[in-house]
Amino acid sequence: MVEEKKYTRKKIQATDMMNEIMADYFYGLNEAATTGKQKVAWCTSVGPAELLRAMGFAVQFPENHAAILGATRTSTDMIPMANAIGYSPDICSYLTSDIGAYLKGITPLSKAYPGIESVPKPDVLVFNTNQCRDVQDWFAWYARELGVPCIGISSPKSIHEVTDAHIDDVAQQIEALIPALEEISGTKLDMERLKEVVSLSRECTELWKQVLDAATTSPAPMTFYDGTILMGPAVVLRGTQQAVDFYKVLLAELSQRVADELGAVEDESLRIYWEGMPVWGRLRQHSELFAGFNTAVLASTYCSSWIFPAFDKQAPIRSMAKAYLELFIVRSDEYKEQYIKEMLARFRIDGIIYHDAKTCPCNSNSRYGMPKRLEEATGIPSLIISGDLNDMRCVSDEQTKTNIEAFIEQLEERK
Amino acid sequence: MGRGTVKMPIKVFVGLDMGSSRTKVAIINEAGELIGHAIKKSGTDFGGTAAFCLDASLEMAGATFTDISGAVSTGYGRDNVAFVTTENKTEIGCLAKGCHYYFPKAITIIDIGGQDNKVIKLDTPGRRNGFKMNRKCAAGTGAFLEEMAGRLDIDLEEMDGLARQSTEMVKLGSYCTVFSATEVLESIRHGKNVTDIVKGLFYSIIKRILEMDSLTEHVIMTGGVVAHNPYIVAMTEELLGRPVVTPVLPQLTGAVGAALYAMDKYRYRKNVIKGEN
Repeated sequence: MVEEKKYTRKKIQATDMMNEIMADYFYGLNEAATTGKQKVAWCTSVGPAELLRAMGFAVQFPENHAAILGATRTSTDMIPMANAIGYSPDICSYLTSDIGAYLKGITPLSKAYPGIESVPKPDVLVFNTNQCRDVQDWFAWYARELGVPCIGISSPKSIHEVTDAHIDDVAQQIEALIPALEEISGTKLDMERLKEVVSLSRECTELWKQVLDAATTSPAPMTFYDGTILMGPAVVLRGTQQAVDFYKVLLAELSQRVADELGAVEDESLRIYWEGMPVWGRLRQHSELFAGFNTAVLASTYCSSWIFPAFDKQAPIRSMAKAYLELFIVRSDEYKEQYIKEMLARFRIDGIIYHDAKTCPCNSNSRYGMPKRLEEATGIPSLIISGDLNDMRCVSDEQTKTNIEAFIEQLEERK
Repeated sequence: MGRGTVKMPIKVFVGLDMGSSRTKVAIINEAGELIGHAIKKSGTDFGGTAAFCLDASLEMAGATFTDISGAVSTGYGRDNVAFVTTENKTEIGCLAKGCHYYFPKAITIIDIGGQDNKVIKLDTPGRRNGFKMNRKCAAGTGAFLEEMAGRLDIDLEEMDGLARQSTEMVKLGSYCTVFSATEVLESIRHGKNVTDIVKGLFYSIIKRILEMDSLTEHVIMTGGVVAHNPYIVAMTEELLGRPVVTPVLPQLTGAVGAALYAMDKYRYRKNVIKGEN
C-alpha cells in the first residue's frame, strides 16, 4: 500500500558555489547593459552562444529569465499582459510570461540581486529555431519594441540522422551571422578565441553528462528536480571557465555521495524518467510528493538536452552546427524513441511520466502516440500528466497528485 | 435489538469514497459481502458528511463503530476522515480492486464520476496495466450533465427517462462544456425536443470517454452517472457492439474497493503478528 511520508531534503553543498557564479553572471550582464562597456546579446538557449561569447558579447538567455519567472511563481500574473496585446494563451508561456513581465516592468532578478533594476537591454537578438518557432516570434516582438536587430538560424526539424547537408546548411547560416555581429560588436571574430570557447563548452558538457550519469547508480545521488536548478551554469555559462570549475566541484560531491550510498530520496524504491518540461511553479511540491513515496525522478530528456558531444575546437563552426542539430528536440520521433529506450535501460527506470505541457507542443512528446509505442516496446508503464511549464492556470494540483499516486501504486503492484 | 439480547461482535471493514460530488461509504463483512452502504452529497463539510454516511452504513450493517477492524478512504476528500482512518488509496486503485472483486478477469473499467472520468485496464490477476483520467475539463463528466440539466430546466433524475424517449438524437460536436451549452441553446432555439437533446448529451459523454483510450474485450462501467442513467450503458453497448456490464451498485464500487483494501491490510497485519509469534 502506498504511504506518503514526510520528506527531508538533502542539500547539495555545491549549490552555494553555483549561486555565487550565477550572481556574478547576472551582475556582469547588468554592468554591461548599464555602463555600455560590453555589448549585450540575447540568445535562445541552444542558439550560437559560443559565437556570441567569442565575439565579446555579454549573453542573456530569455528562456532562463522565463524559467525564473516560473520558478518564482510570478509568471501566471505576467502572462495575461501578453495575452491582452494579442499573444494567445495557447502559445509558449515562456514567451508570454517574459513579454508580460517586460510590459509590467517587473523582473525577479531585482529581488534576487539587489541593484539590478531590469533585464539587461540587448544590442542584438540572436535566435535558433531548433527548439520551436516561438523563440523567433518572441525575439521579433522585442526587436520591434526596442528597435534592435534580430538575426538567427532557421533550423531543420524532425531529423532522423543529422547529415552533412543539414550541417552545411546550419554552418552557413552561422557564418552568415558573423558580419552583422562584427558590425554590432565593433570587433572582428578571432577564430582562436572561438576555438577556446567551443573547447570550454565541450568540457562543460562532458562534466554535465557525468553529473547526470551519477544517477545511474542506486540510490541516485540527485533527482531531476536538483538537475533543473543545477543546470543553470550549463545553460547560461556554456563556454566559460566558471561553468567548468563549478561542474568539477559538483561532480566531486556527487561522486562522494555515490561512494557513501547517499540517495537524494530516502529508501529509494522506484525510479522514474521525466519526459518533457518541468512544471516550474511546482518544483518543490513535485519533488516532495515523489520523495514522500520513496520514488526518485532521476533522469530526464530536459536536463540531458544540455549535453553536446559534437563540440570540437578543430572545427568550431561546423561542430556548433552539428551540436545544435543533434539536440533531442530537433529529431524525429523514431530517433527520440530509441534515445529514450537507451535512457530507460541505462538508468534502470520503472516508469515514465510524460508532461503534456499545454503551451509547449515541441517538448510534449506524448501527442503522437509515443507513450503507447514505447510501452509496447519496453514493457515499462507510462503516465501522461497535463500541465504547463509556466502557466499555472493549466495545472490541476489535485489531478496531478491523484495521477502520480495511482501510477506509483501501479508500479508497486508490479515490483 | 430486543431488550436483554446481547449483540454478537462482528468484524467489519469500511471503505469511504469521498468524491467531489457524492460521498459513498461501503461496509463489508469478513466474507467480503456488502452489508451496509450509504451515499450523500459531499457538500462542503466532508468530515460531517462522511460521519453521517458511516453511521447510516453501520446501522444498515447491524454493526457499531467498535466493530470496525479496518478502514480505508479514497477520493478527493480522502484526507478529511482522520476520525476513522488515516489510510488511503487513490480512487483508481479502489475502483480496480472493487471491479476485479466482482469481475475477476482481464477488464477495462470506465468510471464516470462527478468531476472526472477514468479508464482503467486490468490484467487477469487484477493488476493495473494502465489508466487514463480525463484532462482538466468537465466534458463527459457528471458535472457536465448537472450543468446541462440546469440549462434545460430539468431534474438530473429525469434525464434517463427522457433520453429513452428520444426518436431523433441531436448530435453535439464540441468537446467543451461551454461550447456544448451553446449548442444546446441553439437546439432549443431550433425547436428540438428535450428528449433528443438529452440523448445527445449522453452520446457526447460516451464519445468523450471512448476518445480517452482503447478498450479491451470485457468492459465494466461504474460511477454515479451510470448508476443514475443506466441508458448510458445500453448506448455504450450499442456503440461498441458488445455487452457492457456494471456491478450491482455501480456508484459504490470505489468504496467497496477501499473496504477490500482495509480487509487485506487487516489480514496482512494479522499474518505478520502470527508469523512473529
